[in-house]
Amino acid sequence: MGFKHKDILGLQELTAGEIDLLLNTAENLKEINSREIKKVPTLRGKTIVNLFFEPSTRTRTSFELAAKRLSADTINISASTSAVQKGETLSDTARNIEAMKPDIIVMRHSISGAHHYLAKRVSYSVINAGDGAHEHPSQALLDMLTMREKFGRLAGLKVAIIGDITHSRVARSNIYGLTKMGAKVFLAGPPTMMPQGVERLGDVTVCRTIQEAVDGADVVMMLRIQLERQGKTLMPTQREYSRYFGLNRELLKLAKPEVMVMHPGPMNRGVEICSDVADGPNSYIMQQVENGVAVRMSMLYHVSGGELPTE
Amino acid sequence: MNTEGTIILDGAGIKRALTRIAHEILENNKGMKELVLVGIRTGGVYLASELASRLDEIEGGMIPVGSVDITLYRDDIKGHSKHLPVGKTDIPFSVEGKKVVLVDDVLYTGRTIRAAMDALMDHGRAQCIQLAVLIDRGHRELPIRADFVGRNVPTSLKENILVRFDSDNHPVEVVLQKN
Repeated sequence: MGFKHKDILGLQELTAGEIDLLLNTAENLKEINSREIKKVPTLRGKTIVNLFFEPSTRTRTSFELAAKRLSADTINISASTSAVQKGETLSDTARNIEAMKPDIIVMRHSISGAHHYLAKRVSYSVINAGDGAHEHPSQALLDMLTMREKFGRLAGLKVAIIGDITHSRVARSNIYGLTKMGAKVFLAGPPTMMPQGVERLGDVTVCRTIQEAVDGADVVMMLRIQLERQGKTLMPTQREYSRYFGLNRELLKLAKPEVMVMHPGPMNRGVEICSDVADGPNSYIMQQVENGVAVRMSMLYHVSGGELPTE
Repeated sequence: MNTEGTIILDGAGIKRALTRIAHEILENNKGMKELVLVGIRTGGVYLASELASRLDEIEGGMIPVGSVDITLYRDDIKGHSKHLPVGKTDIPFSVEGKKVVLVDDVLYTGRTIRAAMDALMDHGRAQCIQLAVLIDRGHRELPIRADFVGRNVPTSLKENILVRFDSDNHPVEVVLQKN
């Protein structure tokens, strides 16, 4: 079955079959990253623009490497050095880039839905590298690939997602993706960080304590406390947060012995995750980063082969 | 799958052809030293493992067998045409300095072979690359020829050649279909 989208805006829009296709392709592309010559000619002559309105090291580097390993040409534009600083609107920036005939634009933007707005207005493909508190599809896909590699399946896994669900696009994309693939998702976090009606996103269980979520879990995914997004009101102190919702070795004993600990990075060591867990034998955080390149190669490959919408 | 068509090579015929190709490979390369087989997905991979067991019977010793998926090296990925699923390339040995025999089921335009050679070269510099195919049906669009051929079958562009494999991936028959 083929991939029929011009854009990848989020996992909400994708079917289980399409997610499966993206993961299968990523799995087969992974081999390229361990070759001596880490390059295939597939997207030769394509131009990919990385447009980042928010700071990012991992995601941007990973997307850029993915594009380069498929032989595409890449340019990076970050908001701090672009005309956005001079007050240009998103739609003007997009139209100016369009005039230079790119094939794919990979964008990160602080406003939820910015990608949907853009995708409707431009002819090139748009890939969401994170929009506000909405979705971060490449992160959820790489998380799912890492889980599938270890367990051979996603269906039936108990996945605990812990932290600031309200502000987390990683959580949202994972909820959409994992529930579509048949995993059981359990959420835990301070009530101030748990959005009302989160059950409507998919078949998820909201837990009152972290213990309840971690109990018997196959995967424990810790979310970054986004210190830059926090008002003072959501948590009293970092120390208190760490005491009630931080992951430590003691707490991890409640999970299955072969539990995977995941974190989308960058970590606040000692806040949401203790160093001995982050660097421990159950940690898959580096595998997540490694799989990120393969997953993004898969997204770029399928988007550039997707069908254009009929006018 | 279309079951109609003429059988141009049956199971016994395929076996004989593969045995002859195995002997020719050994004769041309003066034994199995530095020799490796790389099958092109998917039919070529099955045939490569058949050839490997033939070489084992004749000379004694298993030779390294790899597989290559050419999807990423195709020359017909254009614009927004639909992309094919990507298969796994698995070459668990270094091709550096090796004599590589590429194996495919049907040789047609030669474009698949071009793609497979490019893929192989990205894995290292082989001493030489040779080509073994079960069927050569003609209509080349590139200057490529096979070193070892099971059977030459003149075809028209409207015809289709299908190599069938059983559930254990052993070749069963070669069928000529008319469209």
